[in-house]
Amino acid sequence: MEIPYTVTARPDTGLWNAKVGIWLFLASEVMLFGGLFSAYVFLRLDAEPGAWPHGLLNVPVGTMNTAILIASSVTVVMAWASLKMRKFRAYWWYMLVTILCGVIFLGVKLVYEWPQKFDHFGAFIKKDALEKYEPYLGNHHLAEKGLPQRTEISGHLHNKEALNDPNVKEYEIALDPVNADPTNPNMDRPHFLYVPPTDKIATIEKEDVEYANMFLPKHSAYFASYFTITGLHGAHVLGGVIIFTYLWLPVGTKLYKRNPEHLANRVEVAGLFWHFVDLVWIFVFPLFYLL
Amino acid sequence: MDASSGLATQPHAEHDPHHHDDVHDHHELPFWRKYIISTDHKVIGIQYGITGLIFLFFGFSLMMLMRWQLAYPGQPVPVIGNLLGRMFGPGAVENGHLTSEFYNSLGAMHGTIMIFLGIVPIAFAAFGNFVVPLQIGAPDMAFPKINMASYQAFFFGGIVMLISFFVPGGAAKGGWTSYTPLSVLADKGPTYDPFWNGQTLWLVGFILLITSSLLGAVNFIATIIQLRAKGMTWMRLPFFVWAQFVTAFLLLLAFPPLESAVVMQLMDRLAGTSFFLPSGLVVNGAPVHVSGGGSPLLWQHLFWFLGHPEVYVLILPGMGIVAEVIANNTRKPLWGYKSLVFAALVLGFLSFLVWAHHMYLTGMGSVVSAFFQTTTVIISIPSVIILSAFFISLWGGSIRFNVPMLFATAFLPMFGIGGLTGIPLAFNSADLYLHDTYYVIAHFHYIVAPGTIFAVFAGIYFWFPKATGRRMNEFWGKVHFWPSLICMNIIFLPMFLQGMLGMHRRWYDGGQGWNLANEKVWGLTGFEWNTPISIAAWVMGLAQIPFIINFFWSMKRGEKVGINPWEATTLEWTAPSPPPHGNFATTLVVYRGPYEYSLPGRETDFTMQDEPMRESDRKAYEAAAAVH
Repeated sequence: MEIPYTVTARPDTGLWNAKVGIWLFLASEVMLFGGLFSAYVFLRLDAEPGAWPHGLLNVPVGTMNTAILIASSVTVVMAWASLKMRKFRAYWWYMLVTILCGVIFLGVKLVYEWPQKFDHFGAFIKKDALEKYEPYLGNHHLAEKGLPQRTEISGHLHNKEALNDPNVKEYEIALDPVNADPTNPNMDRPHFLYVPPTDKIATIEKEDVEYANMFLPKHSAYFASYFTITGLHGAHVLGGVIIFTYLWLPVGTKLYKRNPEHLANRVEVAGLFWHFVDLVWIFVFPLFYLL
Repeated sequence: MDASSGLATQPHAEHDPHHHDDVHDHHELPFWRKYIISTDHKVIGIQYGITGLIFLFFGFSLMMLMRWQLAYPGQPVPVIGNLLGRMFGPGAVENGHLTSEFYNSLGAMHGTIMIFLGIVPIAFAAFGNFVVPLQIGAPDMAFPKINMASYQAFFFGGIVMLISFFVPGGAAKGGWTSYTPLSVLADKGPTYDPFWNGQTLWLVGFILLITSSLLGAVNFIATIIQLRAKGMTWMRLPFFVWAQFVTAFLLLLAFPPLESAVVMQLMDRLAGTSFFLPSGLVVNGAPVHVSGGGSPLLWQHLFWFLGHPEVYVLILPGMGIVAEVIANNTRKPLWGYKSLVFAALVLGFLSFLVWAHHMYLTGMGSVVSAFFQTTTVIISIPSVIILSAFFISLWGGSIRFNVPMLFATAFLPMFGIGGLTGIPLAFNSADLYLHDTYYVIAHFHYIVAPGTIFAVFAGIYFWFPKATGRRMNEFWGKVHFWPSLICMNIIFLPMFLQGMLGMHRRWYDGGQGWNLANEKVWGLTGFEWNTPISIAAWVMGLAQIPFIINFFWSMKRGEKVGINPWEATTLEWTAPSPPPHGNFATTLVVYRGPYEYSLPGRETDFTMQDEPMRESDRKAYEAAAAVH
């Protein structure tokens, strides 16, 4: 039994089966990420004024990752075009570059961006203790300018045992620049570039803290949606890398000998998926890094 | 080969020794390749069907248990009480009676299993897999391996749901809608495992089920677009195929937002996020230590964005089956084929715009409510078009009342009752009173139980000869049908009364302790009505026994029939029974629409879709066109 139109197009639709399949799959993916992005919008609109954090992510690194992903979208098209022209060597190289781009993107996420967040600490101060920590919060200064108040003190946590040990009564933090010098007008707006914590140490008593945690998903609605969406996106990148690696290794390319057009079709379908993953990132990047 | 050779007269064409276009399928596959991990759409369809029927009966059994608690609250379950205690532990069944936690588990899992493991797999996946490729003249689905993966994901999703009954604390208790924040906070604490608990497993199972229906939906749509036989234009597709086509789109586009919601709820439960937990949440008088900032309403929006299209996922395949059975047994073309197709498309589109009518009580605001009230009322129009077309199709037909037709005919008034009683719920002023009462239960059960499930039975009796080459026993079919129909109505009609009294659907004691349930209506109090309802439910359980026996007995011993026992016109009846791998021995060419019954100038009262045009046909079509 042979299923028709696996390689050649059906005349009246002009499509082969997998192309219909991938577009349908991508439609459902749009709805999947659509659900997550609408959750982001919902949570952000619901957030209290000033509660939505800004400038916590490293914009230059994010920009670099964006460029890498876009470049890989170009190379995957080149790989497909090479196959169409039956230039196998060129295909092999373009595909390799695509795979490497995907791996670098994931590497930056998993080795640098996420761990850096996991290592960062923030403590939300109770309403009645805000005055006590005024030197780190600068709320008087903000009120004068009509800006929403700060409730969180963040930085590098020195005594990590404080997180779980109820006998430790205070957090010792190397302050982020915004808390080290809160009345500096430069701090009124979030930093565009990432700035590491300062040497200035602050001690915060646990009983003044409403809620404290590392920058994990449970830190805030912002990090919850950031890790969920970039995590799911990262899983898609990983999926793409696995598919490309299969199509690049001999196990996938042996199809070239038998039916080069079929391999080209597979690359086209995988490429469409890759473009979609790229497109999702084009939304993720401004939503979390810039806005 | 030209289709004019008329496969209908050559049932053994596939045994022709000179016929070698599927050479590599001739060697026998081992049992596990043929029946366990098969890529053949017919085997997958039957796998889905049998697994789905088992789950359907299991889900129904949960309800039969609940009905005991409702009719005789607090009394030990007779006969099986001790056994249940040993199976589910003392936390679930205490001295033979159901605990409130277990009762909640039963309710949540009844809904989940019936919808996602029972009806969708049968009505959509089983019938769609078995019938659609045959009806469009395709050798198989477009992606057979993905099809297989779809069944396996469904199967493991079902297994995860079943396992959840036996973990500490029992299965999910938060209702089939799993509303937050309750569901995020449930099944948590020192006595629960962080992963192996009811609610978390419910979420994991759901991810598998969503994956399954996504793979299925992609496959169905691609198959219908790409693999139609020559001459099978869109307007020659049987209505069943159209119904499955629209259903597949609903599954494709409505399920992913729920998947995103399920992922977020998993994050809430496992990673401690607060997507659905608001700030300042207080449970049992103590504040909950979460970061907050989440929104319980968000879950409801994402859930019902699936949940409402899901209603049409449940009903559209049923309508498709009923259309086939009615056209076949009235021996005349289905009335208003084009209206039916467009109504189904409009229904599919509108079903994405009505979800928040489940949320009138959340205080979304009057403007939002008014919008969803309007779209909800509009969506009744295509539903009524479809139902009317079926009723008119009966008019003037010489109806054959065989078992499939009995079920299909019963579908019409039952679905009608279900649909019409939904109209008060569409208006938010009426819904404020009726929300979460037994009225709602009665309303949607009239649609899915005597509606979709009757259509499913009609389909099983109708296509059984194609799958096995044998017909199911008619007498025992009727013994199955009549008690089921009567019991369905004894179960669900009184629930409208209970609901209008104000009885809440989630009461553990059946309303015994509530004043409003002790008002009399039609001679019995609201609480007392529970007894006849429960008895009818158990009798209906017994009434399924003839079906189960008939089903398996007929596989081996049923009356042997030819390839077209119902004298139907669509393409599946040109294939051998059961069809071999690859379905058709020849390349089919389609010449006409799907319901050419009683075509003037023909010897028989049915004209197959692949029968070439004759001069007399042309005259008949011209005469028909002149009348319209």
